[in-house]
Amino acid sequence: MSAFKDAGHLFRFAGLFVLAFLIFLGIRGFVVPKTFGQYGHYRAAAMGDIAAHPAKFAGHETCEGCHSDILDAKKNGKHAHVNCEACHGAIYQKMPAPEGPKPNAFQRLVALVVKPMPPDPPLLRHAEDPASVKPELPDTAVLCARCHTASAAKPKGFPQVNPEEHSSGVPCQTCHNPHSPAMDAATGTGGAK
Amino acid sequence: MKISRRQLLVLLPAAAVAWKAVLAGTPEDSPNYKTSEHWWGMLIDIPKCIGCGNCVRACQTENDVPDGLFRTWVERYHVTDEDMISPEVISPDGGKQGFPVAKEDAGKYFFVPKLCNHCAESPCTQVCPVGATFVSPDGVVLVDQSYCLGCAYCVQACPYGCRYIHPEKKVADKCTLCYHRITKGLTTACCESCPTGARQLVDLKNPADPIHAFLKTHSVQVLKPQMATGAKAYYNGLDGSVR
Repeated sequence: MSAFKDAGHLFRFAGLFVLAFLIFLGIRGFVVPKTFGQYGHYRAAAMGDIAAHPAKFAGHETCEGCHSDILDAKKNGKHAHVNCEACHGAIYQKMPAPEGPKPNAFQRLVALVVKPMPPDPPLLRHAEDPASVKPELPDTAVLCARCHTASAAKPKGFPQVNPEEHSSGVPCQTCHNPHSPAMDAATGTGGAK
Repeated sequence: MKISRRQLLVLLPAAAVAWKAVLAGTPEDSPNYKTSEHWWGMLIDIPKCIGCGNCVRACQTENDVPDGLFRTWVERYHVTDEDMISPEVISPDGGKQGFPVAKEDAGKYFFVPKLCNHCAESPCTQVCPVGATFVSPDGVVLVDQSYCLGCAYCVQACPYGCRYIHPEKKVADKCTLCYHRITKGLTTACCESCPTGARQLVDLKNPADPIHAFLKTHSVQVLKPQMATGAKAYYNGLDGSVR
């Protein structure tokens, strides 16, 4: 026992270290997010946060659920592989965000240092409410020209025209059905497959 | 059970360490989606790209990308016969509204869509000082925006210029490969709206994905292979002049 004689101050000092270490572990457990380190040096729950964003483009399968007539018109044409929203765009409108619970004092204090990410505004898609979310008919003069205006940069086999020479201002859909643009073989060759 | 003071001192730190594992939950909020079953990438078929800018507009719509910044963009290359080293590259507003008409003259023109390459060994995630950006177990490079400090170190580290600091959120922002879509069984917004199939989302862990046959039968390249980033944006028909 003589080795520990007069060593009390060392034990007290070591005790302080242990106490400080425990306090460190306690704070660390509180501050480090729960899923940090689950898969690597990052917060695994972030993947769930990102995956929770609402999708604006519904996907062509959703459109085809109701518009099967258009699908039939498209399926044998040159535009069979052009998805609906490639031309019509994503049909949605943003809704007013619902009022969430008011942040408490601690959350407001944290918000002074770490700005919370604003939540995504909820969306209403045409597929969910066809009556109130109406798609706008695309302007073919812009829409068709964007892809089909002749340019040396485009692939050689891709159908290209000089819009002014080709139609002299007549709208494209006068002759072509945008869903299946090939014209009747008897009336002309433009847009033939 | 009686615990001595000495035993308590040993047990408390052990319990503190174990507490973290107790609290850890499951991150996969999307039902039926298992991160371990996918390894995402993208195929870009340059001979099919017509430079319409649909992908750029779709991405901006889907992901609320601020004007003037791009998660994906399209470049038009003009390579003259004599000068393979310094091609003329334009990308007006990221190619969002298409490109001016290219006249038939000397040399060749072609479009190169660009986006995050979702590198398996990504330089951008390696430099993050706080663990706010990472390669997910399914091979997508993501940013945890609630954790990001906005130091922009990753913006400098990306050799492909695919990151930016969001002007309002003040954090790093980039292509998520539409993670919110692909985890729900949808394709990305850019692939959904590409009219020619020049962009295709690929799942390298899915044996039924046509990418496997495509890679076997085509000359496919990644951008800056010399940097060994493990890029997963595969370009078919990539010209040697592309940087």
